[in-house]
Amino acid sequence: MTRLARLYKNGALLVMTLPGLALLLALHYLPIGGILIAFKNYSLSGGSFFRNFANSPWIGFDNFEFFLNTPDAFIITRNTILYNLVFIFLGTAISVFLAVAFNELRNRRMAKIYQTTILLPYFLSWIAVSYLFFGFLSADKGILNQLVFEPLGREGVDWYNRSVYWPYILVFANVWKYAGYNCIIYLAAIIGIDNDYYEAAALDGASKWQQIRYITIPSLSTVITLLVLLGIGRMFFADFGLFYQVPMNSGAIFDVTNVIDTFVYRALINSGDIGMSSAASTFQAFVGFILVVLSNWIVKRIDSEKAIF
Amino acid sequence: MKVSYRGNAISQTANTAIHAIFIVIGLSCVVPLLLVIAVSFSDEQTIAANGYRFLPEKLSLDAYRYLWQEGRTILNAYAVTIFTTVVGTILSLAVISTFAYPLTRKDFSYRKLFLFLVVFTLLFNGGLVPWYLVTTQVLHLKNNIWALIVPHLFNGWYVMIMKTYFQTTIPDPVLESAKIDGAGEFRTFLTIVLPLSLPGLATIGLFSAIVFWNDWWLPLMLITNDKLLNMQYLMYKALSFADYLSNASGQNYGSIMQLSPPALTFRMALAVVGIGPIVLAYPFFQKYFVQGLTVGAVKG
Repeated sequence: MTRLARLYKNGALLVMTLPGLALLLALHYLPIGGILIAFKNYSLSGGSFFRNFANSPWIGFDNFEFFLNTPDAFIITRNTILYNLVFIFLGTAISVFLAVAFNELRNRRMAKIYQTTILLPYFLSWIAVSYLFFGFLSADKGILNQLVFEPLGREGVDWYNRSVYWPYILVFANVWKYAGYNCIIYLAAIIGIDNDYYEAAALDGASKWQQIRYITIPSLSTVITLLVLLGIGRMFFADFGLFYQVPMNSGAIFDVTNVIDTFVYRALINSGDIGMSSAASTFQAFVGFILVVLSNWIVKRIDSEKAIF
Repeated sequence: MKVSYRGNAISQTANTAIHAIFIVIGLSCVVPLLLVIAVSFSDEQTIAANGYRFLPEKLSLDAYRYLWQEGRTILNAYAVTIFTTVVGTILSLAVISTFAYPLTRKDFSYRKLFLFLVVFTLLFNGGLVPWYLVTTQVLHLKNNIWALIVPHLFNGWYVMIMKTYFQTTIPDPVLESAKIDGAGEFRTFLTIVLPLSLPGLATIGLFSAIVFWNDWWLPLMLITNDKLLNMQYLMYKALSFADYLSNASGQNYGSIMQLSPPALTFRMALAVVGIGPIVLAYPFFQKYFVQGLTVGAVKG
C-alpha cells in the first residue's frame, strides 16, 4: 500500500468521526478549559465568551474561599454524600433481593406482569414522578393527609415544608424509580449461572436457602462489587431531578434537599452568581474525578475487563 | 427458563411471600398513575372540597374541556417534543455510529487518541457552569430548537456500547472481503456495517429516544421562550406555578364557560396527556429495552 493510499484510507475514517469529534470538543473539552473561570472574577459584560474571559481579572482561590465559608458548602456536601451512600447500599440490597426472589417465581405469566410494573417508574421523568408524589403529599388535597391522617383523627402534615420527612421520601423515591432497572441487571447475571450447580447442590440435599446463600449470592458478588464501586465513583454527583423536582424546589426544606447539583443550579440561574457557582461546580468536578479514578483503580484490580480505563 | 423439579422448588409459604412482595411493589408503581388519571376525570368542586380520591366522587370532563381550550399551547409543546425526539434520535444515531465505527478499526491511526478522548469525558467534565457558559455564549444554544437537541447528541457511554457491538457482530473477514471487492470505507460502513448492526442501533436509538422524550433539563437550562417549551417542561411549569396556564387564557375560558379554570383537575389532565404516550408505548418497547440492557451488561 502506498503512503498516499494509507492517508486516503485513514482520511475516510477521519472524515467519518468529524461530527462526533466536533461535538466532543465543543461540548466537553471547551467546558473543561472553562474551569479556569472559577479562578477569575468572571462577569457577563456582554460581548463574546472569550472576550469576557480575557477581560476578567484572575483572583486565585477567592471564589473557593468564599464558597467554602458559606454554611451551604458543608450542608450540600454532606447531603450529596450521605444520600448517595444510602442509595448505593440500600438500593443494591433491595435490587439483589428482588432479583433473587424474582428468579424463584415459577408462574411465568405473573413474573412477566411483575417485571413490567416494577420497571415502569424507570421510564417516567422526574417531572412525572413529582406529579405522582404530589398526589399523595399535597398538604390540603393529598391522599396521605386526606385518606390516612384525617380518618385517624390526626392532623395533616405540611409535607413540602417539613424537613424531617424528606430524607425518607427521597430515599423511597430513588429506590422506587431505579429498583426495577437494577433488578433486571442482577437478574441477567443470575440467569447466566450454570444450572448444573443448582442440580448438584439439590442432589447433595442443599436447601433452597443454602443454594441461594452459597451459589447465587457468591456468583453475583462481582457484579454487585462493580456496580457499588461505579456508584461510589459517582458519589459526588447527585440526581438533579430527584432533589429539585420531587421536593418541588421548596425552600423550607433545603437543609435536607439541597445537594451540590441543585446548589450550583440555583447559584447560577437564580442568583447569576458565577463566582460562587463555578467554585462549587469545579470543587465537585475535581473531588468527583478523584473518586472515579480511585474506584476504577479498585475495579481494575478485581476484574480488569470491567474497568473503564 | 429453568425447569422446576420436585425437591428443588421453594416452599409454598416462601412462594406466597414472594408473590405478596411483588404485588405490593407492583401496586406502588401503578396506583399513583391511576390516582392522577382519577383526579383528572373528577369534578373540580368535589376535589376542592374533599381532596384527591382514587375513585372520582363525581365524574367530570371539565379538565379535558379546558385542555382542549388550551389546545394550541399543548399541541405546540407536543410538536416540540416530537420534533426533538425524532430529529435528535436520528442525528444522535448518526453521530454515535460514525464515531464508534472507526474506533473498532485497528488500522485507524487515531484510534487510541479518540478512544481516550471519549473515555476521559466519562471520568471528568468541566461541571455545570463552564458547560452553561460555553453552550449559551459560544455555541449560542439558547432559546432555539437546537438547544433542545445538540447537547444530547454525543454520549460517551453509547459510543462505548456501540463500539462493543460493532466489534462483536462484524467479523474482520467481512470487512477484509469488502475491501478486496473494492468497496470504499463509506460504502462498507453504509451497506455492510450498519445493516449488520441493526439490533445495536435499535437499542441505542431507543435509549436516546427516551432521553429526548423525557427531557426537561435542557429547557430548564436553555429555554425561556414559551414557544419552545416541550411537554415535560410544560408539565413542570403547570405544577410549579399553579396559575401558569390559567393566567395565559383564563379570562377567555371564563367568558365562554362562566367558570374559573379547573386548576386542580386540569393539572392532572395535563399530566395524563404528558405521561400517557410513554406509558402506552412502554409495553411495546419494554422487551427491546430489557434485551438491550442485558446485552450491554453481558458484553459491556
